[in-house]
Amino acid sequence: MVKRVDDIEVDLIAEAIYQVYGYDFRHYARASFKRRLRTLVQDLKLDSISHLQAVILHRPEVFADKLPQLTVTVSEMFRDPSFFATIRSQVIPTLRTYPTIKIWHAGCSTGEEVYSLAIILLEEGLLDRSVIYATDINPNVLKVARDGIYPITEIKSFTANYQKSGGKEAFSDYYTAGYGGARLLPRLKERIVFSEHNLATDDVFVESQLIICRNVLIYFDLELQQRVVDLFARSLTYKGFLGLGAKESLRYVPAGRFFTDYVGSEKIYRNIRRHEFDYESL
Amino acid sequence: MNPYKALVIGASAGGVHAVRTIVAQLVTLPWPTLLVQHIQAGARIDYAAAFGSPPHIRIVEAEDKMLLEAGVMYVAPPGYHTLIEEDGTVGLSVDAPLNFSRPSIDVLFESAAEVYGAGLIALLLTGANHDGSAGMEAVYQRGGLTLVQDPGSAEVPTMPAAAIVRTPVHHILKLDEIGPFLNQLARVQVP
Repeated sequence: MVKRVDDIEVDLIAEAIYQVYGYDFRHYARASFKRRLRTLVQDLKLDSISHLQAVILHRPEVFADKLPQLTVTVSEMFRDPSFFATIRSQVIPTLRTYPTIKIWHAGCSTGEEVYSLAIILLEEGLLDRSVIYATDINPNVLKVARDGIYPITEIKSFTANYQKSGGKEAFSDYYTAGYGGARLLPRLKERIVFSEHNLATDDVFVESQLIICRNVLIYFDLELQQRVVDLFARSLTYKGFLGLGAKESLRYVPAGRFFTDYVGSEKIYRNIRRHEFDYESL
Repeated sequence: MNPYKALVIGASAGGVHAVRTIVAQLVTLPWPTLLVQHIQAGARIDYAAAFGSPPHIRIVEAEDKMLLEAGVMYVAPPGYHTLIEEDGTVGLSVDAPLNFSRPSIDVLFESAAEVYGAGLIALLLTGANHDGSAGMEAVYQRGGLTLVQDPGSAEVPTMPAAAIVRTPVHHILKLDEIGPFLNQLARVQVP
């Protein structure tokens, strides 16, 4: 009985947020979304999700402030170093054959993984003919990503990750430290375009050779995953690469059929959907 | 009809040995089992081998959107929280560690308690931190069955002891009693 009320509350708050703010949480995976809502209820010392809905509807500044708790996952540079090592050794050689390399980092959050990719491209001599489109649903988070300043306390683990991923230089070459923060080199930002994009509502905006979207799909229900994976297939060149998070897969989503395993253990796939593909036939 | 719908197990230091002992004795259970075993993120493991290739239970890593089946044990992947949806599928998350743990036992137990209520059996084993205590409380409050490994004979008593202090526990069992006890629960029939 109590459980049923909870689910109604989640339905209602998602609908409310969508109608008032345009962020669509209606197809987020229910269990993790509910958990995040409950954490927010506790943080704000409220009584219930219904109470949270009232606060959110009537106080936009609270919503803006707390939105990251519903959308952001904390990342790190070169997270899952073997993934980045594989990008370097198995994906870069193909990207190198293109005159211009276009990469879409979907759900870039605070940017750590985007800058990791920029470092790889720089070390491989490809940065100047690349563009990385780094998108996220939340403009405040994009601002943090654009700044490229991370806590100095993170540098040790970033450095270890970088080294494990096959980094060729000293990681300290890529940032300057001061005031408790590590500021990444402006050089790394030159080829990155940060912009808002909502995977639940927005469509294709660029055709790229590599899409990276890590630990985002798990927060979506199957229906939204289908929308997004289909969008990715339409946003990639034929045989373009898609990189997911360490424990994600395309196995349960119908649009997964547009992709084949490339390095299965690292969740790197290749698009086999041609743009004139008749997918009515599926 | 068996009144139980799922079994969730939480284990930390000393857990691999404990789980191995338990699964070796299990029959094919009429419900899915989910296990959080605290382990280093990035580890790649053959779970069946790690847990001794038990004869009557298939052991796989839990995957996002996977449908839970009876008789199978799903292990929470390293570095991810594992949750359960109302429709009996798995949900993963990389939200912040809880009690320094990801996967967290509390996250699994709380999620399972919400979905299965009185149909849930929750078992907490050996471990060095307090992950799982809040989860056991949630299970109890939703009418589930709470089982704890006897701290006196656990490899590391901290985790089961913390749960006993925090919340009513229905049974405290020695390691080699757990398997047979679960098999008994598997045979319970209610009209």
